[in-house]
Parts: sequence; C-alpha cells; structure tokens
Amino acid sequence: MTTLTLARALNEGLRKALEDDPKVMIMGEDVGKLGGVFRITDGLQKDFGESRVVDTPLAESGIVGTAIGLALRGYRPVCEIQFDGFVFPATNQIVNQLAKMRYRSGGKLPLPVVIRIPCGGGIGAVEHHSESPEVIFAHTAGLRVVACSGPADAFTMIQQAIRSDDPVIFFEPKRRYWDKAEVDTSVTAASARPMDAAVTLVEGSDVTLLAYGPMVKTCVEAAMAVREDGRNIEVIDLRSLSPLDMPAISASVRRTGRCVVAHEAPVFAGLGAEIAARVTEECFYSLEAPVLRVGGFSTPYPPSRLEEHYLPDLDRVLDAVDATFAF
Amino acid sequence: MKASATKRTACRARLAGRGDPAPALRIKEWHVSVEADGAAAAAPDVMPTAGPSPALASAPAAAAGLPPGAGAPEELIQLLTPEGERVEHPDYPLEISAQEVRDLYRDLVLVRRLDTEAISLQRQGELGIWASLLGQEAAQIGSGRALGPQDMAFPTYREHGVAWCRGVDPVRLLELFRGVSHGGWDPREHKFHLYTIVIGSQALHATGYAMGIQRDGATGGEGPEGGEAVIAYFGDGATSQGDVNEAFIWASVFNAPIVFFCQNNQWAISEPLERQSRIPLYQRARGFGFPGVRVDGNDVLACLAVTRAALRAAREGQGPTFVEAFTYRMGAHTTTDDPTRYRLAAELEAWKLRDPIERVKAYLVRSGAADAGFFGEIDTEADRLGARFREACRSMPDPAPLSAFDNVYAGPQATVDAERDAYAAYLESFEDGTPALAPAESPPGALPRGPGGFGRDGDVR
Repeated sequence: MTTLTLARALNEGLRKALEDDPKVMIMGEDVGKLGGVFRITDGLQKDFGESRVVDTPLAESGIVGTAIGLALRGYRPVCEIQFDGFVFPATNQIVNQLAKMRYRSGGKLPLPVVIRIPCGGGIGAVEHHSESPEVIFAHTAGLRVVACSGPADAFTMIQQAIRSDDPVIFFEPKRRYWDKAEVDTSVTAASARPMDAAVTLVEGSDVTLLAYGPMVKTCVEAAMAVREDGRNIEVIDLRSLSPLDMPAISASVRRTGRCVVAHEAPVFAGLGAEIAARVTEECFYSLEAPVLRVGGFSTPYPPSRLEEHYLPDLDRVLDAVDATFAF
Repeated sequence: MKASATKRTACRARLAGRGDPAPALRIKEWHVSVEADGAAAAAPDVMPTAGPSPALASAPAAAAGLPPGAGAPEELIQLLTPEGERVEHPDYPLEISAQEVRDLYRDLVLVRRLDTEAISLQRQGELGIWASLLGQEAAQIGSGRALGPQDMAFPTYREHGVAWCRGVDPVRLLELFRGVSHGGWDPREHKFHLYTIVIGSQALHATGYAMGIQRDGATGGEGPEGGEAVIAYFGDGATSQGDVNEAFIWASVFNAPIVFFCQNNQWAISEPLERQSRIPLYQRARGFGFPGVRVDGNDVLACLAVTRAALRAAREGQGPTFVEAFTYRMGAHTTTDDPTRYRLAAELEAWKLRDPIERVKAYLVRSGAADAGFFGEIDTEADRLGARFREACRSMPDPAPLSAFDNVYAGPQATVDAERDAYAAYLESFEDGTPALAPAESPPGALPRGPGGFGRDGDVR
C-alpha cells in the first residue's frame, strides 16, 4: 500500500500500461515534457520516448483521428483531451468514426482507443473548463464510458480501459486530482474489480444514492453527515456510465425503496434520467417514492464565482434525499 | 502552348522536392502540353512516345467549361494527351509495356461498366443510392495501380476503381449502397479501408496509420519496395474540411509516409471549386510544408507515374506529397442529385473530349499495341462482368434482423445484449416468427424510401 493522489495513481497506471504492452501510446497536447496541464503524464515521455508519448499538434479531431489510424495499425493509443470542453472538436471522430468502426466492419476492425477527459467543475476555471459531457458519449453505441472517483480505482481502471478492445471514454474528476488515498499498486488490471461493475461505498437501508466521478466524494460525505441522525444512506459509485450496472443498482433500490441520482451535469436528459427510467421499470413495486435527481442547472456552466451554486453540494444532495421521504 | 524552360525548371524544383517554386505561370489553356524530350523508347515491349508534341492550340477551347475559380491548370503533368499522343515529362519518365497499357485499358473499361451497371441497379430500385465515378476512372486506376501490395489505401465512398485495383470483389461494394452492410470487405485483407461517408474524416485515419508504419520501422527498409506507404483519397470539397487540414499538419510535422490524393472533380455536389479555394489546390501543400503536384486526372499514365513517385518518396522517408488529380465528375454527385440545376451542359461537352478511356484506346490503336480483336474481348468481358454484377446484386440477401445487434462491442455488453434478447422474444411472439414489416419480408427492390433513395431533398455528400 502506498498513498497516492488520484493524479499520481493515474500516472502510475499509465506507466504500468506502457510497461506491459509496447503497443500502448499516449498522445495529446502538452503530454510530453510538460507532463500534461494536470501532470498526469509527468515523466512518461522521458522514460518511454517521444515515439510512444507524443506531443501532438493542437487539434482535438486530429488527436482522435490519428489515434484511430494508429489503432488500425495495431497500436493502443491513449488520447488526452486537455479539458472537457475541448472534446467537442473531436466529436465527429469519436461519435462517427471511433464508436462505429467495429460495427461497420462486421467486427473486423477493433479500435482499442482510450480518450481521457478531465471533467467537471469546482476549480475556479474559465468557461469550457468545467463541463460534464458524459451523457453524449453514453448515448453513443460502441463506446464504453467510465468515470473514476478515487486513486485506487484510477490506478486499475485506466489499465483496464487500455486493455479493453472497445473504445473507452475515461472521465477523470479534475477537482479530485489532488485527493489522496491508499493504493495497492500490486493489484493488477486482471484481478481488480471490472471497470463496468458498480461498487457500494457506504451500506445503508433507507435510500440508494447513486453517483460517479467527482460527486462520489460529496455523496459519501453526505451519507456520513446524516448517519448519526439515524438516516442510513447507501452510496453506490457507478464507475461505469455505459453500460450501467443495473443489477447492482436495482438490488440496492429494491432493498431501500428510494433512489437519488447525483451528477454535476445538467439534470435535463442527463444520466439520471436514464437511471430513473430503468429503476422505475425494474423496481416499480419496491419504490416508496419517485427516483429523484440532483445535478447542475439546465444552463451553460456559470462563471466560476457561481459554481458553488451550480454544483450539487452536500446540502443539495441531502435536500434531494429528504425529498424522497416526503412522498 | 508549349512548356517553357522556365516552367520545366519550376516543375523540377517542386518535385525534387522541396525547393522554392518558380513564380506561377498563367497558362490560359486547359491543355498544357509538355514537350517530349526524347523519341520512342528502346525496349521492344516498351510503348513508344511521340516526338515533340504539337501545341494543342486546337484542343477544345481550353478554358471553355472550366469553372472560373479553377484557374488555369498550371503545371499540369500529362503523359498522354486527350488525343492519345504519348508525351514525356522530365520528372516522370515512365517505361511501360504494351501489355501494361492494355491492362490499364481493361481496368478502365471494366470499372466504367460496373459504374454504369450500378446506376441502372439504383434506377431499378436495387440500390438505395450510388456514387458514380464516371470521368474519374483514370485518376483511380492510375493511382490504384501505383500502389504496392504492402501499401494501405483510405478511400472516400467513390473509389470503386481503387477498390478494383485492390482486389475487392465489386459485388462487395454494393452492400453499402444496397443497405445490407456498412462495408462488406475485409480492409486488412485488401489493404483498402472501408468507405468513409463523412467528408475528410479518413484523411486523419490514413495519417495515423502512416504514423504506425513509422513506428513499425516500415519505411525505407527492407523489401522490394523499400517500405510501406499510405494513400488517402478525398475530393476538392474535402479540402475545406478541418480534418483534412489537420491531417496535412500531422503528416507534415511527423513526416508521415503518406500520399494525399485529391481528385479535384470540380464540383462538391452543387458547389464549384471556387467556393472551396482561391488558389489551385495543389499549391496549398506548400503552406503545409510538403510538395504538391497537379496531374491530368484523366490521364491514366500520368496518374500512375506521379502517384508512384509520391509513394516512393513516402516509402523512402521523405514524407507526404499532395497530388491534385485534375478531373471532372461527368455524372451526378450521386443518383439523388440533379446536376442540370447548377452546371452548364457546355462544360460537360468540353470534358467529354478529354475522356480518360478514349485517349488510351487511341494510343493503343495508333501504336499498334491493340487491335479490334482485343477491344472486342474487353467488351465481352465487360458484358460478362456486368451480368454477374447485376445478378449478384439482385440475389443479395437481406441480413437477419438480429444481426443488427452484432459487433457493437468486442464482447458482452449489458445494454445491447438485453435489447437483443428482448427483440428476439418480440420476433418470436409472431406466429411465423417475423412481423410483417421486418426486413426479411421485404421483396427485393422494395426499399422503403423515396425514389431518390433518401427522400425528396435528402442527399449524402
């Protein structure tokens, strides 16, 4: 066991993947000498060379498009998109090309490409640096979409994503990059919990609280805060946003009878909407209240001096939890 | 108009690579003939070249019909005039046997026949849409035959001639246009990628693939061809796409072994070249830091020679080349299009005189390399191919409904698997296992679409 920040755990996971498979590459803007604007790739170019850790020209579509070509040639590129809002110039390559190539080719052309995206707000950034675009990719068939929430998962999930023969959109909660936790770096990608499995972080019997990425920490804190008041919140970290681990979600909701979904992304047509629909279908006779959602406003991300209002915090999460008991 | 010495020098500098270009010459005629340096070739089976070529002042008036924005085709590399006269170009010596020219002629005729048949099949309701290559046969066969078996090609959706050169059964091309698959051939087996519909996207895939070749150490190395290279196809419209420009940048800064082969057919559906560019397209390459050349895209020999040279440079580690094949889309953009709404018949008539097949035929006849018997055999072969093509199209089965769920992911995936199971159960709930509207019940040709394929105003680019 060693104590690592989430950022460092990702770095160690990438390093392990580069060591394990000579076909693994890292490409993106400033990922080389600088080590990325968040230093996730710090030192990797020095150790693995400019051919495997590639500082690319400044164009996101080019990063993903050339990664597709490299994957067609047998490589396993890991693309860094510098910030969430910058992924949109690459949307054609991700949605039209990357996601569909296996399907279009009748299974002949797998594209094992990972797109790493630092996501979410909370760091006082200027606009386009705090977005939560996960649902766009969850809506796109052919992609796997995952979000890590802490250092231990970050270490193993990035390795699993790189080993996946499907393209993976890998969300990293940027405001949690500097959070520390114990990481067992002897855990291998193969022995770790699969990246498409949800995990229950806090067991409880009153209500199921679902979160992923940056909201996981907030939800765990919320559960702890009301525990002594006698309210038992079960917190599940979804980890995989596409596919959803519905067996885990439904099993919990059938026990608790209540469900709240929390995310930073706007509530309207967000991932919570899909979860609410599925929970309603699968757990209808167990529900004591409608599935409630708590998330960002259906507005553009506001100026950062307002982001504390926009981002669901502990109190807004608990407010939603309380609301499920009002039915 | 004869090429001047100045022009000759400029040409060499550009091709040698990478020197400063001479000031552009303004040549007002479309037919830029280049004086032949030498007379006929020596080897017995090598096709002859003509002596000094007469100035083709009489050639169809020149700029007539050319889109104004296209400008003059400066530096147009030509080895076979529209009249079928073999001319030399100092930078592209081409030794070619009579058999090789006959083979090229066969390729040209057969792919044109396939194209004609496909248009008919669309009109008969057997295909949803077809993107015709009419007029672009030489650009595709010339460049396609320049490829070595080790090279990789990334097409648009119109490269039926290149597919032919890569050994793809033409019937497989129909699957996309009939709607039974999104591909139909194995891109790895043929080293010919799937067709790409979203304009220009494949230029980046090709560039990334070329970067992979570099990482594999497969340039300038061992082997008869000295390495591998990639060719990326796209059209004049695609040069406005960000992805194509990004591909130029990536290829340039990483010195990727790639040839960008642009078939400038003058029209992006209804938009003429001047809506894409104020300068000749090949000149754009210089801004990206690699050479650009313009070749007569209706001259199969020139396309062959120029593409060979560009591929060789790429394989040898000299980086990318931009080839602008100056040609013309003789037909509609696709079968849903109506070009009479936006271009003049006179333009089409002018380009008919530059037909890519007729000039090869004239050359073969003039040089005595083929007789009527040969041309008859090719026509017969085309008839047989057409018949097989039609029959294979009409008898092509629709895919099984549940195959829609295949190959979305590498392995099990909960969302898709659950929906497949649910839809299978739904199908089984019908007495005969199939709802009335399921694709398997549709009679051939009864595509549930408008006569144009994609509805009244719909189209793909």
